[in-house]
Amino acid sequence: MSDGTDNHDQAPGSSLWPIGFAIGIACILVGLVISWPAAVLGAAVTIVFGVLWIRDAARSHAPVDSAPAHALVDGTPSEAQLAAEEQHLETYGRAGFLTLATIGLGGVIGAGVVLPSLGFAVLPSFTGEGIETNPVDLGPISNFPEGTFVITSFTGSKRQGDVSRRTAYIRNNGLSAEKEPSFTIIYSRCVHLGCPIQPNGPAFKDQAKTYKDVTLTPVKPAGFGCPCHGGAYDTEGNRTAGPPVRSLDRYAFSVADGNLILGDHFSVGTVAGTAADAVMTRYPVAYPGVHVDGIERFLYPLPVPGAGA
Amino acid sequence: MAKSARQAQIEKAALYPLDWTEERTGLVGYTKWFLFRNVPRDVNWMQTLGAATLTAFIVQATTGVFLAMYYKPDPDSAYASIQNITNEVTLGWLVRGMHKWGASLFIILMFLHMARTFMFGAYKYPRELNWITGVILLVMGMAEGFTGYLLPWDQTAYWATVVGININATAPIAGPFIAQFLQGGAQIGPDTLSKFYSLHMLVIPGGIMALIGLHMYLVIRLGVTSPPWSPTAAGRPRDEGEEPQGYGAYREGLIREHEEDKAS
Repeated sequence: MSDGTDNHDQAPGSSLWPIGFAIGIACILVGLVISWPAAVLGAAVTIVFGVLWIRDAARSHAPVDSAPAHALVDGTPSEAQLAAEEQHLETYGRAGFLTLATIGLGGVIGAGVVLPSLGFAVLPSFTGEGIETNPVDLGPISNFPEGTFVITSFTGSKRQGDVSRRTAYIRNNGLSAEKEPSFTIIYSRCVHLGCPIQPNGPAFKDQAKTYKDVTLTPVKPAGFGCPCHGGAYDTEGNRTAGPPVRSLDRYAFSVADGNLILGDHFSVGTVAGTAADAVMTRYPVAYPGVHVDGIERFLYPLPVPGAGA
Repeated sequence: MAKSARQAQIEKAALYPLDWTEERTGLVGYTKWFLFRNVPRDVNWMQTLGAATLTAFIVQATTGVFLAMYYKPDPDSAYASIQNITNEVTLGWLVRGMHKWGASLFIILMFLHMARTFMFGAYKYPRELNWITGVILLVMGMAEGFTGYLLPWDQTAYWATVVGININATAPIAGPFIAQFLQGGAQIGPDTLSKFYSLHMLVIPGGIMALIGLHMYLVIRLGVTSPPWSPTAAGRPRDEGEEPQGYGAYREGLIREHEEDKAS
């Protein structure tokens, strides 16, 4: 192995060419901002000094390469062979540097490609893009007879069209104790795994009405049932049988100009009381099958961004 | 029997393209290494299940490429494009049928192949990585089934996917995030269909092809397992014509040792 002084001997002689090359690069970068002629001048300086640098470097490395070939002919370790050996050890450091530099640069370039792509693939699902913020107008309150459920189908997002068709079971509860209008609006998706629940009772299709693209069909359900896995609910959306883990999701509402306006979608643990007197805790909308209350809620500690209102 | 000069000349001319290719790529040698190898004397018909699975995958890949030329992954036209493929496009019924039924066949064959591997003990040393890549391939195959099931965009497809996504959502902690990634937002919508289409025909098949390559490389490197009732080695070493060298060349783990083998 060589010591420090040998290393000094092997180091390439100092040269002014790299400095000129760097000045040329700086000229290009500054020129790009302030004036094109300066950038062109910088490019010319860069090319000239680059060529000089490469020519110099090539000249200083050329003789060393031929040394091992001569040495190998001779069986005994010659002066040239030892020099070649030393040269090899020296160049190993450069090879190692180039290996690391290749891996490092490759990693940087790879990250530059992969990270934006992965972000593009994953992040839009969590930014709330595509959530319709325009409230859905369900038409005049007079279309909802008091005490009767109405199967209400509507388009959730005008932009997405038919794929956003949703159904809610809406019951006009009349006026509450505070003389405010009261509606029970139950979302039709089962909170087991999201199949469409059906009202268990006769639907009066001859009394069906439409308002714009909203269809309204009165129904007299004794409860709701899910055809997929047998989940059953009462008319407040509380589970009575089967696999569901909470009560049916609901919508908030408002009344504007005599029309019922659909509000925020929210999840419910259990409902106490009935109709206008129903009491429940609102939770942020959760996926079907996800517990919102009880000890199991700790299984889902992280709120999902962009999951909707 | 000595060859005439003319015979030798013809042979040389016929082999010239092969030699030309081999000299420049080495691929002829690799192909021979890949195809011409020792197998145990008493290999079983059950051991063709892996090749059958590969064939089923090739059928899926081929028919899928051509179905993609007619299918439109958009909620307003997906169902209509499937009807068009089935009823209007010449031979569309056949290619779609091959893809649809071939999908089930692919899954069934994967399970049978896996059962054979298990029963023969072919997952044991040194073939553990074959088992592991195979299990990942099975999962990816089922992911193909899940993503492909949505594409016809009929009632069955839609609600099965709703249920499938929501099953994912019930997993603790990460579940809701997985579900939301899969449906590409808060609700199933247009992005869900195109996302499933992309996963179904680009992302997952790419991974499957890469893993099949690794899986088959390992099969060829380690050799075919002999059946459990075989008196011979579990896999037979290549006739390399020289003493094995290095750790990798000692194929002790390939040997299925029977009592009579030990006695001899």
